[in-house]
Amino acid sequence: MWEVVFSLLPVVGAAYYYFGLSALLLSFACIAGAWLAERLFDPRRFLALKDGSALITGLLLALCLPPGFPLWMAFLGGVVSIGLGKSIWGGLGQNIFNPALVGRAFLQAAFPTAITTWENPDGRYLAVRGTNLAPPFLSGDPVDAVATATPLARLKFDGLQTGLWDMLIGRTGGSLGETCALLLILAGGYLVVRRIINWRIPVSILIFVAAPTAILYYIDPQRYPSPAFMILGGGLLLGAVYMATDYVSSPLTNKGLWIYGAGIGIIIVLIRVWGGLPEGVMYAILLMNAATPLINRYTRNRVYGH
Amino acid sequence: MVAEKLHERLMSFRHGVHPEEYKALSDHRPIERMPFVQEYTLPLSQHLGAPSRLLVRKGEEVRRGQVIAAPDGFLSVALHSPVDGKVVYIGPVDHPNGQMLPGVKIKTDPFSPQLIEKPTMLPFSQLSMEDFLKGVQQAGMVGLGGAAFPAHVKFSIPKDKPCRVLMLNGSECEPFLTCDHRLMLEYADDLLDGIAILQHFLKAERVVIGIEANKPDAIAVLRTRASKQDFPLEVLPLEVKYPQGAEKMMISALLGVEVPSGKLPIDIGALVANVGTIAALSHYFREGRPLIERVVTVTGTAVRRPSNLLIPIGTPMREAVDFCGGLTHGAVRILLGGPMMGISQKTLDVPVVKGTSGILLLTAEEVQDLQTFNCIRCGHCLDACPIFLNPARMGALVRKGLWEELAAMQVMDCFECGSCAFVCPSGIPLVQSFKVGKSVLREQKARDAAAGLAGGVKKNV
Repeated sequence: MWEVVFSLLPVVGAAYYYFGLSALLLSFACIAGAWLAERLFDPRRFLALKDGSALITGLLLALCLPPGFPLWMAFLGGVVSIGLGKSIWGGLGQNIFNPALVGRAFLQAAFPTAITTWENPDGRYLAVRGTNLAPPFLSGDPVDAVATATPLARLKFDGLQTGLWDMLIGRTGGSLGETCALLLILAGGYLVVRRIINWRIPVSILIFVAAPTAILYYIDPQRYPSPAFMILGGGLLLGAVYMATDYVSSPLTNKGLWIYGAGIGIIIVLIRVWGGLPEGVMYAILLMNAATPLINRYTRNRVYGH
Repeated sequence: MVAEKLHERLMSFRHGVHPEEYKALSDHRPIERMPFVQEYTLPLSQHLGAPSRLLVRKGEEVRRGQVIAAPDGFLSVALHSPVDGKVVYIGPVDHPNGQMLPGVKIKTDPFSPQLIEKPTMLPFSQLSMEDFLKGVQQAGMVGLGGAAFPAHVKFSIPKDKPCRVLMLNGSECEPFLTCDHRLMLEYADDLLDGIAILQHFLKAERVVIGIEANKPDAIAVLRTRASKQDFPLEVLPLEVKYPQGAEKMMISALLGVEVPSGKLPIDIGALVANVGTIAALSHYFREGRPLIERVVTVTGTAVRRPSNLLIPIGTPMREAVDFCGGLTHGAVRILLGGPMMGISQKTLDVPVVKGTSGILLLTAEEVQDLQTFNCIRCGHCLDACPIFLNPARMGALVRKGLWEELAAMQVMDCFECGSCAFVCPSGIPLVQSFKVGKSVLREQKARDAAAGLAGGVKKNV
């Protein structure tokens, strides 16, 4: 668990570099919410086990949020992540859905405007956006923010492309953790080599995003984005490396993992290309989380000697 | 210890785990013959199958190497006295499996010799296959790798299934144990002689000795001697991985094929035997010495002088440990066997039996009493299981008592190697659950069979 936190630190560092102090404040708010929920709902286990799962859930939730997100909403998201994403299912090892994504889905449903207000990185390290500090239920002072769109939104709603290099190093709008693709790729490689995450998940997601996209791109490069754009844009890398690979909500067998990753990839392409939203990673993962018990039931490894 | 790395391809099987080896404690210690002790305890059941039938009476004087119990049926072997002495007790004795079982105690004659008079016997080359097998049974031979399966039963190959490949198991994959290693180094001639004897009867097309790559000296010694044999003998190095020494894994690694479930290796023309078992063949057919002693590694951080001992069968464990300097202050765990599949003992007052390959004394540093948490479905156990089972799901089924589904997941194919429990980050006692599950299923099967035999209505269990 702690190695996963260490692998996230560079990503948090990049978030700070691009979005300033807001990044750290949001992380803190989410982690505090998750911690509180864990303490409230599962005090016995909390005292016995310090495996950092509240820390991870909070941190991952924060990395899915835009930099101007109000802190009180982030805190609430943290509480919901653990409360509705984990404790209500029975605690450790019992949840069907990825807790961080449950929190984000709640925030998307409850605060759709705030969660889709993006900004470009503007290099202000000590920046705390007015909206971060908005008191509950009041909109904060948005004067110092310049609203922008993420690369995916730009493509879907404005038909504009974004430079791939910018997307690789993170000089675009987006949530805190999803912009710096390069660091996410490196972190993913590290986790695979350390055998913490199963490589089949990110690889199958990437294959099943790249392949349909490549076909569409080949058919009409003007209308459809390139596979590289799809992979580097939005929360795909963050989702493929950190969200979809959550042990509890992903299938057990290797065969099942390929099906799981394929499902996620295809659903992402469907939502991004033809759906109403510019970004589909969260819903794709949550939907395939729901399919995981079924996948587990129907994929059996061949046993030695059979 | 010479530690040159072998620069050649290592054969292996899929999955498995890599526990720390701990072999340096004892792998440089030459085999020492343990002196006779005052009294020997011999359970009648030291092998898989029916316990031996007692032949001697209380008060009777016995000679070293004399048969004291005869085989009881085909799946049984003889038992011999390890010393000259007198039978002082017949009745329940402590057995390493935790129960008290029928056995004898023999008080050693202070002038008991080490040598045995060689009995009149035909040279092995003049024996028929039947007589050879009978001799093996009468010699009390069992598999010395730990399972103690009657050797003559394993060597009884059906006429329509010839042995195409004879494999000698020198892998010794359990951590801490070094008895097979030292045997291959010091008793290499006996081992090769035993192979020649067995090969005379089996006439296998290929003979292979499989040795894990952490024993480069043994590989070198056997390779040198192998070239001098008059039958082709290969010495192949195996990747150091647990449980390489399991019969099915040896076959997978060396031959690249799988033994079909429910079948024996001989059904695919293979036969796997432990190197110690085969060396014992030489001792019997050349010198007339039946199975009355074996090499055992007494090791661990809680014993003063880890050693490899040639111990007479029936020696109380306490005496063996005392011979090695006794326990240190921090001893908390006694295991008979290796740390992965060995049986924990509550007392040192149990005897060494034919299947004992190691006595492990551990301090609190090596022993972690794990706290068990929920299964987090990480799948590490699936990646570890050498039989490709799903320990995570099977563990949940045992907890819920869903025995039918457990059987459908092929739990009976589990040979309880412990790799799953070893890797589980939540400390779940997986292999222990499967032992319980398997015994429930065996019980159910026996009850069904009994109900069927009685002709009554079959009960739903």
